[in-house]
Amino acid sequence: MLECYRVLDLSDDKGFFCGKLLGDLGADVIKIERPGGEPARNIGPFYHDIVDPEKSLYWFAFNASKRGITLDIEKAEGRDIFKRLAMTADVVIESFPPGYMENLGLGYTALSQVNPGIVMTSISGFGQEGPYRNYKAPDIVVRALGGMVHTVGDPDRPPLTTSYQHAYLIGAAHGVVGTMIALVHRGSTGRGQHVDAPTQQGLAFTGHMEAQLPWLLRQVIPERHGRKRFPLQLRDGSLYYQPVLWECKDGDIAFSIAGAAMTASYKGLRECITNDGIDTGALDKWDWTKDNDGDWTKEEVEGILSTLGEFFSRHTKAELMEISQEKGVHLAPCLSAEEALQFPQFIERGFWTEVEHPELGTTITYPGSYVKLTESDCGIRRRAPLIGEHNEEVYLNELGMSKDELLALKQNHVI
Amino acid sequence: MGPKPFEGTKVIDLCWSGAGVFIINLLAHYGATVIRVESAIRPDPIRRVLTYTDYSGNDPHALELSPTFAFTHPAPKMGLDLNMKNPGAKEVFKKLVAWADVVGESFPTGVMERLGFGYEELKKIKPDIIMVRSCGYGHTGPMAQQAGFGMILSAVSMMYSLAGWPDRRPVPLSSFYSDQLSPLLSMLALVAALDYRRRTGKGQYIDQSQVESSLQYLAPVLLDYTVNKRELALTGNKCDYAAPHGVYPCQGDDRWVAIAVCTDEEWDSFCRVLGNPAWTQDPRFLTMASRIEHSEDLDGYVEAWTKNYKAEQVMTMMQDAGVGAGIVANSRDLAEDVQLNHYNYFREAKHPYLGKGNFYHPPSIKLSEVDADVGRPNLIGEHNKYICNEILGISDDEYNQLMRDGAFD
Repeated sequence: MLECYRVLDLSDDKGFFCGKLLGDLGADVIKIERPGGEPARNIGPFYHDIVDPEKSLYWFAFNASKRGITLDIEKAEGRDIFKRLAMTADVVIESFPPGYMENLGLGYTALSQVNPGIVMTSISGFGQEGPYRNYKAPDIVVRALGGMVHTVGDPDRPPLTTSYQHAYLIGAAHGVVGTMIALVHRGSTGRGQHVDAPTQQGLAFTGHMEAQLPWLLRQVIPERHGRKRFPLQLRDGSLYYQPVLWECKDGDIAFSIAGAAMTASYKGLRECITNDGIDTGALDKWDWTKDNDGDWTKEEVEGILSTLGEFFSRHTKAELMEISQEKGVHLAPCLSAEEALQFPQFIERGFWTEVEHPELGTTITYPGSYVKLTESDCGIRRRAPLIGEHNEEVYLNELGMSKDELLALKQNHVI
Repeated sequence: MGPKPFEGTKVIDLCWSGAGVFIINLLAHYGATVIRVESAIRPDPIRRVLTYTDYSGNDPHALELSPTFAFTHPAPKMGLDLNMKNPGAKEVFKKLVAWADVVGESFPTGVMERLGFGYEELKKIKPDIIMVRSCGYGHTGPMAQQAGFGMILSAVSMMYSLAGWPDRRPVPLSSFYSDQLSPLLSMLALVAALDYRRRTGKGQYIDQSQVESSLQYLAPVLLDYTVNKRELALTGNKCDYAAPHGVYPCQGDDRWVAIAVCTDEEWDSFCRVLGNPAWTQDPRFLTMASRIEHSEDLDGYVEAWTKNYKAEQVMTMMQDAGVGAGIVANSRDLAEDVQLNHYNYFREAKHPYLGKGNFYHPPSIKLSEVDADVGRPNLIGEHNKYICNEILGISDDEYNQLMRDGAFD
């Protein structure tokens, strides 16, 4: 669907996701690495735990659907070549510290002189402008300033960041949306533009309801409540944090007693609880065909929660999943990777994709399409490129360089 | 500034509750004409969320009193109130489809089909229509009809298993994490489909499983399993590439600073900020690998130092020295954050029932050539008459008849 677009991807791990998502829709995404390979190839995990720039699973995951070339844009010759490439391209993605591209003479203004239609997307921690523009922005810091750390964790310990760092994927996903809007806009104006994707704002959006509304409406600062979140408002107006995650026999499930979900779940749930011989008294006081949120006292909510907790603790994730499907109960298990791979819905939809890695003599199972479309096969087009894998294809065949030129550039470490 | 990106694009928005609404908000922010079709009898459940207010569900106009709804619909749309079970309303909806370029909906599979408005039917009315559907598990497969919402979908998509201490069970990252992450990928697909339609004249059908979109963010975790058979281990605030790396207590009640020292150069700067105390020369802390190995002891020293300062002070001292540090922003800090405010992130709008509020935020991107339109949400059925008369060409007589027949609930 996006076959007509060429994307030059200068980003590191902060921006990989952006180009990958465009490549999955057919765009010709060329990952440009510095000679010798992108440092983010050193991010683990690694294939069979072998630390090697050609075996990073992180690299594989987010650079699939791209071709790869090497180029040193810090050298004058490299910059000239980059501009020649930019003349053939529609999009440039970068995630350098703000100002870096300008200092090289490759900022948006300079590139748009070479190619007025170019869309440049900059993915960063805090944005291309403003007082934090030059702040160091490691994942944990951006996540903290984006408001996504303070309420995570238990009250007796420090707030938590994630054990799997992914803040920048959120910035990059907002960035790819901005990129696509800019391409549509170009359709009517004929001109490209600069897309600024600050990850802090992407995070602020992610937590917006919980982290922003309480202060803006009531000057309330939500704190950490462990596995309880999403407060119910009690009859006296106070807030009660309900469990989001519940322990069951072999793991965790997610379930909420609030609103429409409980209205829909009640009948089936009550039947199962009764079958287990658990007293349903705390539940039976309420008319669950309507939303009771707001009518409860603390004791009443706790009665309901302990009845449900008792029920969940007697069953496995698989049993509860079955109940969910058969009785229309709105709950779901926390899946492990192993369970996700076997989850029937994903298998039925052909979600998992086998991607060949001939150098490793194997195929690897990847998550497949992020949407299904009638006019395109969304999904991985090719495995992530090896270092400089498409240098000849791009420089000789597409940019029309001679073999001697290419050799000279290699000798000067430009490529 | 010339035309907005989606100027002239006509959209029917049937999305409700979480995730899906953000897809269509995006089009409204950037110039599309969006008609939000709702029902007062079967309202969007978010319109009933009155947390953090003194309102009650029995108040007159109760469905317009949810700040949560206003907050999650900060994009200008028009409101049309249709009782889709009414034959007259269905005729109005058909006219609307003939007018539209995009139909967006987020019901479980079967709802649109039962109304007689599946993709094939829509296509008969408007051959180049784009239908974008977002639901929990996708529109095919054994769970197609299973309702899903962010809280439980975040569990299935492994997003509730990403934070925690090694000695405790994982904790959720928010109450609806996937609701904000999955729609970005359907937004991309929808905008790409609009672009494709502009170039080729072809519409299409987009089926989003919110869980499948969410799992994209977890790709390295999944590959670690498919290749190495390893599940993600919870590590608290530690990581394998930096130390110190964590959240440290500061002066005040529940005040914290996040610090990550990622290179040897940053370590030198970090030590300078602390005044190069003797412990920084401890052989255990001389190399990054060794600092990571002894991060527990190292954290003890860092904590003993940060405790003497305000979080803001630590952030400024560290950042001035080129070390990554940031306050662990709570809800008040976010509202007062100078960087977010530089981008005018909290915009003010006036709502007929809620009054003035500064909780209307723009998309989390800034485009150099176009500003996002930000505003209050439509009221239910706010533009019934305008839409019928001016957009669909329904006469006053017909309109009154539809009203009498109960087409607008």
